[in-house]
Amino acid sequence: MLEIRHLAKTYGSGDKVTHAIADVSFTVEDGEFVCVVGPSGCGKTTLLKCVAGLLRPTRGEILLRGKRVTEPPEELALVFQEYGRSLMPWTSVRNNVLLPLRHKKLSRLERSRLVEDSLASVDLTRFIDHYPWQLSGGMQQRVAIARALAYQPSILLMDEPFASVDAQTRGDLEDLVLQVRDEYGITILFVTHDIDESVYLADRVVVLTHAPTEVKEVVPVDIERPRDQIATKELAEFAHLRGHVARLVRREQVATPEGVEIPAP
Amino acid sequence: MTPRAYRVAKVGAEVTVPLAILAGWQLWTAHAGSQYFPTLWTILKEFREMWLFSQFGEHVVPSLERIGLGFGIAVVVGIALGIPIGLSRWARLWTMPHIEFWRAVPPPALLPISIILLHSIENRQKVAFISFFCVFPVLLNTIDGVRGADPTLVDTARSFRIPRRERIWRLVLPAAAPQIAAGMRNSLSLAVITMVLAEWWSSTRGVGYVLLISKNTFQMAPMWAAIVLIGLLGYLLNVLFLLAERRLLAWHRGWRAAEGA
Repeated sequence: MLEIRHLAKTYGSGDKVTHAIADVSFTVEDGEFVCVVGPSGCGKTTLLKCVAGLLRPTRGEILLRGKRVTEPPEELALVFQEYGRSLMPWTSVRNNVLLPLRHKKLSRLERSRLVEDSLASVDLTRFIDHYPWQLSGGMQQRVAIARALAYQPSILLMDEPFASVDAQTRGDLEDLVLQVRDEYGITILFVTHDIDESVYLADRVVVLTHAPTEVKEVVPVDIERPRDQIATKELAEFAHLRGHVARLVRREQVATPEGVEIPAP
Repeated sequence: MTPRAYRVAKVGAEVTVPLAILAGWQLWTAHAGSQYFPTLWTILKEFREMWLFSQFGEHVVPSLERIGLGFGIAVVVGIALGIPIGLSRWARLWTMPHIEFWRAVPPPALLPISIILLHSIENRQKVAFISFFCVFPVLLNTIDGVRGADPTLVDTARSFRIPRRERIWRLVLPAAAPQIAAGMRNSLSLAVITMVLAEWWSSTRGVGYVLLISKNTFQMAPMWAAIVLIGLLGYLLNVLFLLAERRLLAWHRGWRAAEGA
């Protein structure tokens, strides 16, 4: 279980202090799929970086399976939006996926099995010896997902992973994430600005306010699984939830006071 | 222009323009009859007699050795110092003023002091002199390349708990490699320049030495032959370097082309 307790993050000090996150608390149960949405500039990425142990919160704490997060935890992996920049352009897809395994205590055979299995589960076996930049954007993001899976995390954090791919690819990648989530049985915390995406994927949607950020509402999504890009989105329940979340976000968007845009750290 | 036509034009320019200059030289010197500017034929004849290959072992080999050693040491030292300086803001704060100072000093100004400091006029002094100046382009480009590492990639490495040494070896260094290569290329041409300089002072062998002695004894044809050799040497070293770079950093060309698309 992941617990975020009264998390606050401020940048700078004195006159130039910026309150990015005021007070955010929520939990993610084991095996759960939680999406975080909010108006642009509400510190979603900051929140995720704190959870990942890459940023130190100003106040509050994050507990992963009861242990306080002070550095990147071993059972956690991260997928960024900028796939082109999180992959190493100088080496093959295989070596990119292998990167986080090299320092793990595994045999050579286990390593290559993990690499091959994870690439197979994102359907990229044929491209194992290509350079990442020889692949399309969607395929590159699949490499990044495979790399995270090969690391064998219990929880996967995803920071707007599909924001830079086209709509068709996006739907395919969403279904891929749902599929590998079942296959690997991992917990997922997924940040997005796309409301449809959040409702389609999640068990619960955490809606954030504008900065200084708090939790506006946690919306449970009780739409049955497996979900389907067409059938699920036709359900009245889906439309209702989608509308509800969208209204919450829009109210926050409008209410954003002038001049508190939070620059990305 | 089709790629093929472009290639033909490129090779043409690389061959025809120098040939035209040489022809111009021959025409002009044949008419001018100046003792300082011998004709092309005289220079080429001298070139063949001197460098192909009667004096090659005595003078060209020592010069090449000095370039190779001086450049090699500079690359190793430049990268080894550049990585920690590039990674640490504090290290930059302390070292950058000194680096900027020493790289601004013109090489000839340090030639006499290098002899005194090293108690040597042997190869040791020549190689040290060359590598001292060749270090700076590699060093500065390494610092810059290491600093420029993509923050997303750095965060990725941190989140996967990749140990520091491996992070440097597998991420920082390859990411900085294209820029380090650019610095190395500058250093290589600097190595040829400083090699000639080093050989002007208290030496008995080397292309630079031949150049100076010929000039001092008014032997204009050998002097010009030495100049041509030095020019060719610099050109060929650069070509070899580019070939090696093209092979080793092939990913960079592909990546940049893909990013641009």
